[in-house]
Amino acid sequence: MGALKEFWHKLGSPRWFFQISSGWVTGFGWAAGLLIATGVVWGLGFAPEDYQQGNSVRIMYVHVPAAMVSQSVYMGMGVAGLVLFVWKMKLADVAIAACLPFGMVLTALALFSGGVWGKPTWGTWWDWDARTVSTLVLLFLFIGIYALREAIEDEEIRGRASALVAMVGTINIPIIKYSVEWWNTLHQSASFTLTEKPAMPPEMYLPLLVMVLGMYCFAGHNILSRMRLEVLRRERRTQWVRTMFTEDNAV
Amino acid sequence: MQFDSLTEFLNMGGHGIYVWLAYGATLLTLMVSYVSVTRASARMRRELRISARSEQNESITREDTNRL
Repeated sequence: MGALKEFWHKLGSPRWFFQISSGWVTGFGWAAGLLIATGVVWGLGFAPEDYQQGNSVRIMYVHVPAAMVSQSVYMGMGVAGLVLFVWKMKLADVAIAACLPFGMVLTALALFSGGVWGKPTWGTWWDWDARTVSTLVLLFLFIGIYALREAIEDEEIRGRASALVAMVGTINIPIIKYSVEWWNTLHQSASFTLTEKPAMPPEMYLPLLVMVLGMYCFAGHNILSRMRLEVLRRERRTQWVRTMFTEDNAV
Repeated sequence: MQFDSLTEFLNMGGHGIYVWLAYGATLLTLMVSYVSVTRASARMRRELRISARSEQNESITREDTNRL
């Protein structure tokens, strides 16, 4: 308990975060590069085609990771919102700001790749399908919080407002998840569950798993890099940032 | 390998346009995300180094003036 409390306390320090996260960024970056390169080659050239969909099933290897990770990024932002709201931790505000750009483009990618997959498979680019619409709501949430943060000058109000919307918006995540069960939709049910074996053969779910992991690592790299950038921007007048850049071995 | 020739690979059994659009968009998204944060970080570090250096120079000149 003591160690946990200490970790929590340290997390409140942007300086501590900046120093410890350097290695994480490098690790996530390399892992993302290797996993995504492997997954793309595997998914495009070696995974089998679907007996009904043919080769358009290969879109799954980019669509599913984009959709899954965009929801996780939102959940992460919701948790950061809670932490900011309850404990007023500065780093949580940094995290919200850092999640927004990547979450936004990744949700847009999920929608776009879904449309491109839907055309040859369902015969339409767009349908008012429950999962598609709730994903569109996710995109609007990302855009809305981004716009909100741009509009509010006062740092404290900006933080609290965006934290509140981020928290409330997490209601949308279970809606996306269970949309395929609650409504009759075009989308198929979950690709991966923790309890059951996937409905796909391993030649398909293994490359998918590699791509999902790769996308998570990419998100880790991107969001942590943005957080570090934001920490530097906010702390540029402090002594520790100044000394770090006066020394020759400035990282 | 699931394909016998490059043409077949590019054609994707008639679904080439959809598959390549999806993968192209993914590549673009990842590239833009990576480049934008990397460039912004490099710019920030450069600015911080420059301001740290000019501050250092200022304090040195001040010391010199004091000595005179």
